[in-house]
Amino acid sequence: MALTTNQPVTRDQAKVMNRYDITKRMLTYLHHDEAVIGGIGYSNFDLWAASESPNGRRQQNFYMLGSMGLAVPIALGVALAQPKRKVIALEGDGSILMQLAALGTVAARDQKNLTIVILDNGAYQITGGQKTLTDQGVDIVAVAKASGLEQSAWAADESAFEEMIERAMKEDGPWLIGCRIDTNKPVDTTERDPSRIRDQFMRGMGVKK
Amino acid sequence: MSDGAPERAWYEIVRDVLKQHDVSLIPYVPDNVLRPLIELLEADPFFNAFSVAREEEGLGITAGAWMAGTRAILLMQTSGFATLANQLASLSVPFQIPTMMIVSERGTLGEFNIGQMLVARTMRPVLDCLAIEHHTVTRLDEVEFIFDRSIRQAVATLGPVCFILSPLLTGGKVFAK
Repeated sequence: MALTTNQPVTRDQAKVMNRYDITKRMLTYLHHDEAVIGGIGYSNFDLWAASESPNGRRQQNFYMLGSMGLAVPIALGVALAQPKRKVIALEGDGSILMQLAALGTVAARDQKNLTIVILDNGAYQITGGQKTLTDQGVDIVAVAKASGLEQSAWAADESAFEEMIERAMKEDGPWLIGCRIDTNKPVDTTERDPSRIRDQFMRGMGVKK
Repeated sequence: MSDGAPERAWYEIVRDVLKQHDVSLIPYVPDNVLRPLIELLEADPFFNAFSVAREEEGLGITAGAWMAGTRAILLMQTSGFATLANQLASLSVPFQIPTMMIVSERGTLGEFNIGQMLVARTMRPVLDCLAIEHHTVTRLDEVEFIFDRSIRQAVATLGPVCFILSPLLTGGKVFAK
């Protein structure tokens, strides 16, 4: 299934975008209290930064503080528990490389309300920019397709990303959107208060009043 | 049995207690000792039981489900538990997520695989140093009480719990040439 008219075939053909900008654009398409599970590192920090507003921070975000690689499994758990809510896993390339089988698990469950957004800069940036495997030939979108996630594609550029996330929030998934991103510093740092993060998220999910 | 009802097997008691407590989502990494429990849960439409590739993936699924209002329990064997220290220490415990686990105990009481014997020795020290509640279930007449009370406690105190199923209860796995 073609996700966009100008969908690139490989990682190399996708435009390198800005992490904070892409995250901010993603959030503008969330109108129904969709859940967002942020992995660790700079993708997590920029989700925190992009979620600030005059009305406070979005309650429906969960921020991991460790447990590298578990953004997709946590998002799958949320999606299984609340099949009517759209759920997004926001994960970096280094993190998803640790838990590639999670892609197959999502495909095997055919989890229609789940979207995986991979922010891929080819580097373990927070630890000094060492190369990940995606900078040495591994194509996460190709891995996802081979794992059974047929609706997987690279975002050619910002407007293609917006088109894809808008569609993913309306139509059945599971979806995987690959975004090549830069190595800029994140805009802010997530507050490391796990009990508060969990409590806010459960209220955002309507589990606690 | 005063009412003459047939005695339930350990896995039938576990199934019944999980159902009573609305624990319905069951990711597992399979194990031969757990097979009768897995088969019971998969055959019962109340449960959503499915295999995952790694125990840590299963732990993540149970954590997400809990925060979104569904109770879950992760099934695995002893060697699989040994892969979970980081996830328990960085997700379950600090976030106060009552991760529930059933571990079929290998490495003792007739173990034939030296690797299983050695890795089993890491299990209780990991649980103890993270102050995670755990019980070793050895007797059929204690299964219901231990599971019922410990699930209540996990939910009430937001603390993980680990049920270790001893070969004394399950028969374990013995060397077959």
